[in-house]
Amino acid sequence: MANARYNIKTFTGFRHVTFLCLFILYVPLIIVTIYSFNASQSLTNWSGFSLRWYADVFVGPQSATFKSAAANSFIIAIIAATVSTLIAVLAATGMVRGGQFKLRRASYGLISLPLMVPEIVTAVATLIFFNAINFDRGMMTIIVAHTAFCIPFAYLPIQARMQGIEDTYEQAAMDLYATKRQAFTKILMPLMMPGIISGFLLAFIVSLDDFIITNFVKGAGIETLPTAIFGSIKQGMKPNIMAISTLLLGLSTVMVAISYFVSKFDNKK
Amino acid sequence: MTGGETNDDGVTTDTYAETRHWLLLPAWATLGIFVLLPVFIMLIYSFLTKEFRGGVVWEFNLAAYDQFFFDRGLFGDEPAKIEWTYISIFWRSIWQAGAATLMSLLIGFPTAYFIATQPEKSRPIWVFLITIPYWVNLLIRTVSMKFLLRDEGPLNDFLMNFGLIDSPFHIINTNLAVQLGLFYSYLPFMVLPIYAAVERYNFTMSEAAADLYANKLTTLRRILLPAVKPGVIAGCILVFVPSMGSFLAPDLLGGAKNFMIGSLIEEQFKGNAGNWPFGAAASMILLTMVLIILILVARHQANYVKGAS
Repeated sequence: MANARYNIKTFTGFRHVTFLCLFILYVPLIIVTIYSFNASQSLTNWSGFSLRWYADVFVGPQSATFKSAAANSFIIAIIAATVSTLIAVLAATGMVRGGQFKLRRASYGLISLPLMVPEIVTAVATLIFFNAINFDRGMMTIIVAHTAFCIPFAYLPIQARMQGIEDTYEQAAMDLYATKRQAFTKILMPLMMPGIISGFLLAFIVSLDDFIITNFVKGAGIETLPTAIFGSIKQGMKPNIMAISTLLLGLSTVMVAISYFVSKFDNKK
Repeated sequence: MTGGETNDDGVTTDTYAETRHWLLLPAWATLGIFVLLPVFIMLIYSFLTKEFRGGVVWEFNLAAYDQFFFDRGLFGDEPAKIEWTYISIFWRSIWQAGAATLMSLLIGFPTAYFIATQPEKSRPIWVFLITIPYWVNLLIRTVSMKFLLRDEGPLNDFLMNFGLIDSPFHIINTNLAVQLGLFYSYLPFMVLPIYAAVERYNFTMSEAAADLYANKLTTLRRILLPAVKPGVIAGCILVFVPSMGSFLAPDLLGGAKNFMIGSLIEEQFKGNAGNWPFGAAASMILLTMVLIILILVARHQANYVKGAS
């Protein structure tokens, strides 16, 4: 650095753009949060702090819809995230600890397929598939579609974590007469936990957030939170949407925080 | 980037080599049956005949693609002319996605660069701040954008209170609103790959250029940019591809006039005048476009890595 004629690393203005970027990312969310506490019936005028729209979400006229939609969303997300995480752990073990093999590249392509195909195309294809095999649309179709779609999201953090774990631990265990299965369950899995938790959380959020695929494959009368919110917005924006959005925003933030601390815990090792 | 081939592959050992097929079987089966196979069935459906209540009749023809590209008059007996309606919807989608990508690049590149040149300890916090919005429901982010941009929304309120404008600045239901929505939806996708590329960049190369009397801009343009180009391209793809097929932003922010591919496809399956083969054909055309882009980029990146090592 000593003989550089100027500081080559910094560009004037980049700092300001960064703050602008964060400002853009956060302002809409902060504004929605603030307005969710608005006492006014209108969306625009601020008339004092109130929790009435939160009460409206839980006991108001639409509360039954929101509650059943929330229940559906959580059931779907828990099942889809669990199953896709399980599939992803096995697949990552095969890919990272399975040596070189012919189908490796093809397998990787297949696993990342849902990330490359535009989501609306996946949605159309899945709807047509269930129609072609005459499978009635309902909760089951949503769960199946979400499980497949969530696999790459669960897979990527798990694979990254496994690549970071040297195999010396498993080798040591096996030198001490542990079987491969024991090396896998007693050594590799505990070391993998931070990756598995991040993978699960990511898959969970992706399932909970999904609108497009759900909208296509859901049966009549079954709603998840995003489709219920979307339906409600189509009939006009009301302040209770701000409240429900803020609740979901809080949930997402909590989950990110968990995943952040899990990875921090990870770094200390 | 040299000698990274084995690392890129991500194989660490062959401990479980003999069971690898069993380990991969669930992933192959789930994705093969529920993602890959459906795409093939969709291809078949695009050649079938429409049923009026939605669904298909099993008679093969090219009607869906014909309807997409050609106009044969109301009764189908006039000489075929090019049908511009759907081509222009695709063109608008490309244009809107391109504008959103450009905006993300203009904001995302300096941000990624700034974060990557911060002290190593504080970088994760910056990255964390950029990622949080990505975890927030896309629908909710789009709704908050709609709330913000309305004629009587906080943005116009703010601008009018400060006397910057006299009457509300009409953004909602315009192309600009859709572009802003897409930009806002996918901005973190632009920052992260560029950040990763700049973080790996060896700044002694810039120092060498500076020692040889290159000025700052030349160093940026001739040394840094070529080195981080794969990250920039990855970021552009991650914004452009989902933007092109997006449904929520055009639907909620664009209104009826600013139709994009996503809405066109959705209408064929969810609307009353559904035409499944046509929707399948439009999806196939979108998928083909995306795959062509991805293949071109992959080839470019492969050549690039070869040239660099």
